[in-house]
Amino acid sequence: MSDLRGERRDVPAASNHEELTKLRSAGYNVLVDLTCVDYLPQGRSPRFDVIYRLMRLDPATGDDLGRVELHCAVDEAPVLRSAKDIWPAADWLEREVWDMFGVKFADRPGIKRLLMYEEFVGHALRKDYPIAKRQPLIGPKSGDKADSPSFNILRPTVTGE
Amino acid sequence: MPLENETVPAGVMTTQLDAALGWARKYSIFQYPFVTACCGMEFMSVAASHYDLDRFGAGFPRFSPRQADVLLVVGTVSHKIAPVLRRIYDQMAEPKWVVAFGVCTCTGGFYNNYSTVQGIDTIIPVDLYIPGCPPRPETVIQGLTMLQEKIQKTRGQFR
Repeated sequence: MSDLRGERRDVPAASNHEELTKLRSAGYNVLVDLTCVDYLPQGRSPRFDVIYRLMRLDPATGDDLGRVELHCAVDEAPVLRSAKDIWPAADWLEREVWDMFGVKFADRPGIKRLLMYEEFVGHALRKDYPIAKRQPLIGPKSGDKADSPSFNILRPTVTGE
Repeated sequence: MPLENETVPAGVMTTQLDAALGWARKYSIFQYPFVTACCGMEFMSVAASHYDLDRFGAGFPRFSPRQADVLLVVGTVSHKIAPVLRRIYDQMAEPKWVVAFGVCTCTGGFYNNYSTVQGIDTIIPVDLYIPGCPPRPETVIQGLTMLQEKIQKTRGQFR
């Protein structure tokens, strides 16, 4: 338990909250990261892994007493439960996972995007999102130069310049 | 300035006034630094005492677009903040100039992805492109002197 990455555990997505609660009471007091991996190119089912990285931090000394990594295999269906009642930091991280991968959380039906704008369609870090597809709020979609003749050109003056 | 238009005898006077105005404008640039990313560090270094943009009359950043002459777009511009940049440009009073500071603002740089504007000239007109990732302070100073030449040549009436 003392190596840098810690131990990896695969848990069923439906029981993620119970496992996290157990680990929290076992002393894992820091949610280091909550992220997601899309295994579409591998053709795996379920398609996503939602990953919780936890750390036991000694509050007195600041020492890292060990880490553990929880992998929950999920599809788009809302199976996972939110962990924000255990670690408040999970709130934004879950929003990011929803924003970038489209993985839903069962008890957060009205979850909002974190990074992208509300008008964005799709989930940008999925492997089937086209790499150069852009959804600009203003400006051309293709990346062409805007018609921009207006900048500081010589406007007609009284001298007829 | 062509003098063949005899219906406007005050033409010569206007020319001299434009030259004076251009001289005054180019040495009193109030810039609006629209700093979004790491190029901002380089902007700080070029604006600070070692390279000292104030020597060229551009030492006074105004954080109100109403009072600014030059919009310095420093750093990567994402699609999310692009409408904000456009709004700031629209709020600036003429005459106004736009500088794309760094390669991200010029072309998008190496961010060819879902989030990054591929050059701010797709949203607002740009007068001067300063390449580099980030640009050296010398590049910025050269760009600023080129912008001053452009400001000196600017003539006309503004809204």
